[in-house]
Formats: sequence, C-alpha cells, structure tokens
Amino acid sequence: MAKTILEFEKPIAELEEKLVEMRKVSDSLHIEPEIKIIEEKVNELKESIYKNLTRWQRVQLARHPDRPYTLDYIYLMTRYFIELHGDRGVKDDKAIVGGFAQLGDQKVMIIGHQKGRDTKSNVFRNFGMPNPEGYRKALRLMKLAEKFNKPIITMIDTPGAYPGIEAEERGQAEAIARNLFEMSKLKVPVIVVIIGEGASGGALGIGVGDRILMLENCWYSVISPESCSSILWRSWDYKEQAAEALKLTAPDLLTVKVIDRIIPEPLGGAHKNHQEMADTLKAVLLEELKPLQKIKPDKLIEQRVEKFSQMGKVIE
Amino acid sequence: MAWFKRSKQNIDPESRKNDLPDGLWEKCSECAEIFHKKQLEQNLWVCSKCQFHFRIGSAEYIKVLLDDDSFKEINKKVRSADPLQFTDTKKYSDRIAGVMKSTGLYDAVRTGTGKMNGREVALACMDFKFIGGSMGSVVGEKIARLIDKAIKSKLPVIIISASGGARMMEGALSLMQMAKTSAKLAMLSEEKLPYISVLTDPTTGGTTASFAMLGDINIAEPKALIAFAGPRVIKQTIGRDLPPGFQTSEFLLEHGFIDTVVSRKELKNTISTFLELVS
Ligand SMILES: [Zn+2]
Repeated sequence: MAKTILEFEKPIAELEEKLVEMRKVSDSLHIEPEIKIIEEKVNELKESIYKNLTRWQRVQLARHPDRPYTLDYIYLMTRYFIELHGDRGVKDDKAIVGGFAQLGDQKVMIIGHQKGRDTKSNVFRNFGMPNPEGYRKALRLMKLAEKFNKPIITMIDTPGAYPGIEAEERGQAEAIARNLFEMSKLKVPVIVVIIGEGASGGALGIGVGDRILMLENCWYSVISPESCSSILWRSWDYKEQAAEALKLTAPDLLTVKVIDRIIPEPLGGAHKNHQEMADTLKAVLLEELKPLQKIKPDKLIEQRVEKFSQMGKVIE
Repeated sequence: MAWFKRSKQNIDPESRKNDLPDGLWEKCSECAEIFHKKQLEQNLWVCSKCQFHFRIGSAEYIKVLLDDDSFKEINKKVRSADPLQFTDTKKYSDRIAGVMKSTGLYDAVRTGTGKMNGREVALACMDFKFIGGSMGSVVGEKIARLIDKAIKSKLPVIIISASGGARMMEGALSLMQMAKTSAKLAMLSEEKLPYISVLTDPTTGGTTASFAMLGDINIAEPKALIAFAGPRVIKQTIGRDLPPGFQTSEFLLEHGFIDTVVSRKELKNTISTFLELVS
C-alpha cells in the first residue's frame, strides 16, 4: 500500500528513509554511532512536531488515508463479528456499517461510518457520507441491541451526511433528527467514539450517548473548516483560520464538555500503528462499559438527557 | 417581456426606497403587487393577489397564532456567551451586539406561553433576521427550557421554525443543541404531550435535522424552502441543476415528510383543531 505523507510529516519521513539506508550498510561500514544520533534526532523531531500540532494539522491527521476505519477497529478488537445490512426500507447504505460482536468479555453492537481507502472503495463507501438509509439502518441495529440488552458502541468518521437529490427526497433531515430523538431514550448504554472526522449532523446522527470519547487527532464540529471558510470568509483560502476559530480538536471539546475523554494515539497518529491504536481503544471501551452497565435503564436515560441539556453556554 | 427587467443599478436599496415612500408600503416579491403595511398585517402578511407568504418574525407569528395579549414571554433576555470567543472577518461578540441593536431581539428564538383559542400552549418562535435564524446555545437552551416548562405544566408545544441551521460561531456547541432539543422532545413525547412543528421559509440544516422534523405533526407554510443540505451545496456536489419545486413544502408533502401544507390564514385553526382532536 502506498503511504501518504503529509506536508508536516516530511522532515521525519526523510530522516527515517535515511535511517533505513544507513542500516543496510551499517555492518560493513560500522556506523552504529551515527545511526544512533539520527535515531535520537528522529525521536526529538517527532516529539516537537506532534506535540505542537496546529488545529488544521490535526484535521489533516483525522483525514489521513492510512488511518484505521470502523471495520479495521472491528477486525482488530473483536471476535465473532456479524455484519448486518440494510434499513428494511430502501437499501443497504455502505457508508455506515454495523453488527453484533464479541469485545473482550462483552457482547456488543458496533455501528460506525465507513470510508474507503482507494478510489474504488471510496466510491463504494460514498466517501463515508451516508444517505438517510444509513441512519435508518443504524437505528434499526440500535433497537436490535436494545431488544437483546446489549450495549452500543458507535464510531464517528464522516465528512458529512451526503448532500444529494435522493438523500433529500428520502428525508436526510428526518433520518438524522429521528436518531437524535430515539438515541436519547435507548435503554442500553451507548458509548460514542470519534475516530476520525466528525462533520456536523452527519456525525451527530449516530452520536448521542452516555460517554463521548475522542481519539487524540480527530475533529468534530458543526461544519468543516473549508465550508466555514467559504461561508464566513467568502473564500476557500481561510481553512486554517476557520479550524482555529471553530475550536474543533479533542482538547478544545474536552474544555467545553462536548466530549468526556481523549484517547491517546500512537506517536504520529493512529495510522502509524493500527494494532496499538486498536488495543488502546479496546481497553478504554471495556473500562468505560463496566460502570455504565450497573446503571438502571431509567437512570441511564435521565443522565443522558441531562448530559446533553448541560451542553452550551449562555448569559442570563 | 424584457421591458420590465430591472438593471442592477435599479434594484439597489436606495431606489427601492424611492419606489415605496415613507416605509409604509411593501411589495410582494412574487407578483410585485404593492400593499400598505396595515393592509398586509390584516391579511396576516399574505399577498392577497398571489398568496405569497411574506417572511415574518416572532412578533408577527405571536399575533397570527395566539389570542390577543395572551403571550407571556419566558427567558427573554438569555443571550449568547460567545463560548469559543469566535472571530472570522468580524468578532462574533460584535456581530451579536450589532444584530441585537438592529433587531431589538436577544437571539433567534422567543419562547413563552399563551392562549390559542382559549387553550394554554407553549410556543417557541424563531426569527430569521437574527443571524439567519441560526441555532446556537441560546436557541437550544430556550427551546429546552420551554419543553421543560411544558412537561411541568402539561402543555402542548408549538415551535415555528425559520432557520438556516446550526450557528457556525459556536462550533460543536451549536451542533449539540440539535441533540439537546431532540432529547427534550423525546421526554415530552414520553409524557404523551403533543408537539406541533411549523416549518416556514426557510428551514434548513441542523434545525430541520432536529426539532423541526420531529413534530407529532409537521405543518409547513406554502412554498417554503425546507431542506437538510441547501440547494447551492447540492448543486455544487452533484454538478447538475435541481428539479423544479425541489425542497419546497409541497415537495416534502409529496415525499411524506410533512403532514399538511397550510396557509398562514388557516394555521391557528388547524393547530387548534388538531389539539382538540388529540385531547
Ligand atoms: Zn403576490
């Protein structure tokens, strides 16, 4: 698979490439000390670059084409996954996937947006942009989980709900609204994880839960920086400023209490080590599920509604 | 009929003022008929010639829907805290201050209780002229509190939407107002209390994708733009023209997302009758 290297990752990639070359010839040339120096340099560089990412750089990491997607996490974290298809009305939306799975000692329902990794699979997945059927499939699966008293884990990673003629005809707005309404009164625990991009209503459509977790290098907001730039600055050129203004990163959202917890990624981002990322996420999910399962359904719903009621800030 | 086409220079605001002296006259943007303001008000801001519904705000809808002087506003002065200290080409706090001054409103929704043909109801009404009727923390919070009040006092809820969607300047917090209002409506529904959503021109984005689509009945005014994604965005995405009548009230009625399209003049009686039939 061809690796994608972002602009700000280039200095690291160049040094790493050099290291590979040097290691090949190190036996004959005895250059271990030099190799060691460069290794240290790479680590320093990584530390300084990844600890000081701008909001726009995080948006780029969130969109990194090598990042793990929902099905990758399911594959790496669970056993016995049975994917369930279709909304029982119109069709099977490939931009949202879901099904029952065994996660450690827990039986769970996992539902998430699904992007593709190359042109062909992206067309198949509609770039992770669901139609109304996707949201309705998600709701069907959530109701199924409720029926069998299984907790629900949703994974958010979408550039938005699809803006198309058919999507409007079949009620994109109603499908999302219905999910917000129904998810707020599900009788089973719901954990939401933002694993990549969280763009607006298309993200929130599977985003109402008891715990909202977010991987370190993701973004979640009411609009993408590009669209925000085009509307408020009347130009596509202010995406960096828009990203700053929107305060769309995990630390930002923890501050305003839109999310509950940040899940650390491997140094350099989730794409650097899928297995490590999946192991971390799995451990966090299992840890988060335990206390939620002790709460009675009525109380769970009351707390969930209250949680979202607290979001926002006004002056009296 | 090219003779009536106006040049650009002709439609600047100055010349329009000249057309309509002393601000007492308004022109129908559909058929160009001119009305005296009093005449328009008497006809509930509907063109008597072509039935075009003028865009109106909360003050007017309160007159349209509630019995005279029965409206008791709650949480009137709740206003935006600018939680992200947002700046684009202008500071959000300055923008808010400016719009508050020019409109005399505190934000894009007013809420309260009042009587509708003698029946007590909880009413929220949006104002499109306040930053495009956008939903930030204030709109979400006021609607949430209204629903709480309705649950406590066992009142039906009516929300009149006129909104471009969630407000960008409060980022994810605006987005969360969609979840907040929808969650509250779910609680209202558990109490078996009715919720009537009235969609007016325009209702788009996050407003449509939350409380506006969640009515026990969804009522639309004629020919309103009702959408999730705006027509411009869709056109840009799919790269072709949109079918005529796309995303109008009548289009949504046809596709099953609106219960009925009702003229503003019938709105109060339609809602009243519904409330009577389910009470
Ligand atoms: Zn007219």
